[in-house]
Amino acid sequence: MDRRHFLRSVAPVFAPAALLAWTPERAWAQRAPLLQGTAGIAGVPGLPSGAGAQALGDLLILIELKGANDGLNTMVPFADPAYTALRPRIGIKREEVVQLSERAGLHPSLAPLLPLWQGHQMAVVEGVGYPNANLSHFRSIEIWDTGSNANEFLHEGWLARAFAATPVPRSYLADGVVLGSNEMGPMAGAPRSVALANPEQFMRQSKLIDTGMNGGVNKTARSAALNHVLKVETNIVEAAANLNSRYAFRTTFPQGPFGNQIQTAAQIAANPSGVAAIRVTLGGFDTHQNQPGPHANLMKQFADGVVALKTALEEIGRWNNTLVMSYSEFGRRPKENQSNGTDHGTAAPQFAFGGRVNGGIYGQAPALARLDGNGNLPHAVDFRDLYATVLERWWRVPSQAVLGGRFSPLDLLRA
Amino acid sequence: MLRRLAFAFGLAGLIAALLASTAHAAALGADDARHLLARAGFTPPESDVLVFAGLTREEAVNRILSASTAAPLRISAPEWVNETVERPARLRTLSEEERRAFQQREALRNFELKTWWMTQILQTPAPLAERMTLFWHNHFVSSVQKVRSPQLMYRQNMLLRHHALGNFGDLLHAAAKDPAMIIYLDSATNRKGQPNENFAREVMELFTLGEGHYNERDVKEAARAFTGWGVDMEDNAAFKFRPGQHDAETKTVLGRIGNFDGDAVLDILLAQSAAAEFIVKKMWKEFVSPDLDTPLNKSEITRIAHAFRASRYDIKTALRGILNSPRFYAPEHRAALVKSPVELVAGTVRQFGINYADPLPFAMIAAGLGQNLFAPPNVRGWPGGDAWINSTTLLARKQFIERMFRVDEMRELAGAVPQQPMKAPAQDPAMRRQEFGQVKNAGRMGQEGRERFMRAAASIQFDSGKFLAQFAGQSHGAIKRAVLPADPANALGAELGTHALLKALLLDPVYQLK
Repeated sequence: MDRRHFLRSVAPVFAPAALLAWTPERAWAQRAPLLQGTAGIAGVPGLPSGAGAQALGDLLILIELKGANDGLNTMVPFADPAYTALRPRIGIKREEVVQLSERAGLHPSLAPLLPLWQGHQMAVVEGVGYPNANLSHFRSIEIWDTGSNANEFLHEGWLARAFAATPVPRSYLADGVVLGSNEMGPMAGAPRSVALANPEQFMRQSKLIDTGMNGGVNKTARSAALNHVLKVETNIVEAAANLNSRYAFRTTFPQGPFGNQIQTAAQIAANPSGVAAIRVTLGGFDTHQNQPGPHANLMKQFADGVVALKTALEEIGRWNNTLVMSYSEFGRRPKENQSNGTDHGTAAPQFAFGGRVNGGIYGQAPALARLDGNGNLPHAVDFRDLYATVLERWWRVPSQAVLGGRFSPLDLLRA
Repeated sequence: MLRRLAFAFGLAGLIAALLASTAHAAALGADDARHLLARAGFTPPESDVLVFAGLTREEAVNRILSASTAAPLRISAPEWVNETVERPARLRTLSEEERRAFQQREALRNFELKTWWMTQILQTPAPLAERMTLFWHNHFVSSVQKVRSPQLMYRQNMLLRHHALGNFGDLLHAAAKDPAMIIYLDSATNRKGQPNENFAREVMELFTLGEGHYNERDVKEAARAFTGWGVDMEDNAAFKFRPGQHDAETKTVLGRIGNFDGDAVLDILLAQSAAAEFIVKKMWKEFVSPDLDTPLNKSEITRIAHAFRASRYDIKTALRGILNSPRFYAPEHRAALVKSPVELVAGTVRQFGINYADPLPFAMIAAGLGQNLFAPPNVRGWPGGDAWINSTTLLARKQFIERMFRVDEMRELAGAVPQQPMKAPAQDPAMRRQEFGQVKNAGRMGQEGRERFMRAAASIQFDSGKFLAQFAGQSHGAIKRAVLPADPANALGAELGTHALLKALLLDPVYQLK
């Protein structure tokens, strides 16, 4: 019995029911007609799809701003006198703001994004949050990752549930790929999601797994932990079997760990085998003390990363098929603290970029006059409205079952 | 006599008592001894298994607990741990060049500190003491990446070590005032009128109660009680209470009203019945199973939490309850936990008697696998469990195993000439670094550190023949049972030689489990 046969035979032991009920023709015919050619041969990994670059489908790239990004110093409400009053020391000076409207504009280090804004390929959604905001990093990112209510505990990521409802083609490299973090976040529990630090090293190391065959172990006696290890082995072998050689980008990618993630994301996007979603992470946003310098640096890394991603994806003709979206567990408190920093807050602006993004400002300006008992902002847009936008408007799949309720997509995509 | 007893206890009671007494009186045997030693320490060498196989469950646990009380340090700490902590004010006066030199020195010290702890872990005669120190490091989390002082991280480690199997209440009070913790959770900026809620929130959410047992108001009020706690950088970063910054007004915390200070709030938290259960559940996940909710596990957790609370938080009482629980030995709990990176690395080194001149690479490998000692990812610590294993870390784990076997095979190829220094397989230093997994921040060690790493990596020796000789004349099954906590997941051909068998077992998915 060879490894591939082994993989097919063990997969049902631990794959969620959704994988068994997988009907790619129906699922993908609805959302991307060009994919039918791929789907027809999807059960044979490793064979060329024959459908060409157009069959890659639409890609979602999530950028996590880990540690809670300070929304008010990202999209600055410079015309609101309350902003200056709440931020006498760390506030962004009006003359430094990169103005987007008569009342708001970007942190100066986000200036590299201006061409995207002017090209109407950048949306700013203000006031993204959820009811009964939780101020713990860990709990709040769990709420975002699982797409739950504040008082609800779910185990699977929202993308994992989306892939379970509408499986991505079997020929894909993976459902999704997580870069720069060991936490699967929105893809936690997705049967074919992979954390990938360095593609070449991954290829080399994956050969160590190619030793096994399905043994005589009593399958019912397998612990959940063993099933987890076996599932990860299967993901590795499948991803390695489908990984192609590196594309020679002309784009220059930023230096540093985040730049490396962006470069890897572009490499995966250039891979004919495709993935449905990529998550990259920029960390360090928990700025309780001496915020201005580190935050400016993070803003610059974010902007440079997005610009490099756009340039690279244009180079391979994928920018129109890619939606880039930011998220963060919460924003920070409007009133600066005594340490030139900010404490945990609630609602914050998030970004969307892409060739089909309908540029502009969405949501509502921060209501600095209506702070809650903790001194935090009310939210205007539920984060699951953004998820519904991805599901219904970007991927054209139903959102209600995935999100456990009715959420309203935003009109931030062009048809 | 028998009839009278049966009369007194009822027949069912007698049978149960007899069964229980025989179960307790029976010797562990090799398989259960391995299970206990691996779970309450690191996977053991066969010599330890032989000693424990003849003990009863209770004798074995008693021996482990008493050994852990008097855990001597195997090597002394680097001398710099006693140096005065640098004042931030002085650091601001450094020139660019001085600052770079300072940062490089600190980076090197961080590696020395990790190596120091890894040496204790690899060589300790009391593995449970190291496991519990690591458990508390992952509970009362601080990271050198924020604390910025290897001296303070060392001091915190000594504190955790001191209380590791002592009293949880004492540990909580001490950890709350530990300078590294004060810095890590911003207590130093928590002042009257300007509270910083970071510590107050985490002490409830992560250190004592868990979510759902307090509300936002409790956090705010508790933060006021902790105002004034800080460190004195003029006094070697010692804990200092500053009355002028303390909010001495009335606070309401968890329904109690009073002019509380920080210690009073900690006592209020310890008085909550949720606290004992919160800690015992975390220990259960560490030592028994990730499953807290099956009826059998649940009732054991409740029972042990009750005893823990009744003992006023004696940590050994909780550990004794857990390690002596029949659930600890339940078949469904075997091979049910993922080995942490430190357990994988230390267990492999200890079980197979891997030799080394300098344990630095093992600390680096554990870091590459996701467990960088003294630098947990955030205040919640390493998530642990299944989260240790994803595609990146699983490959790095297998590569670590494969690297050990390549050393072994090179030794055989070299004709086992003992006086000849071992040649590492990869001659290119960059390549060799890669072979040891993603070595975090290796570049920051500077030239001196890199050379040390290369020398250390070349000094590692693994002799599979020595390990296998202990099983001469025994079946393949004996080797399998010694290496894996359950049957292998992969089919292993009966025709395999013992060396190939051993390698296949270590690369088997079940080797990742305990």
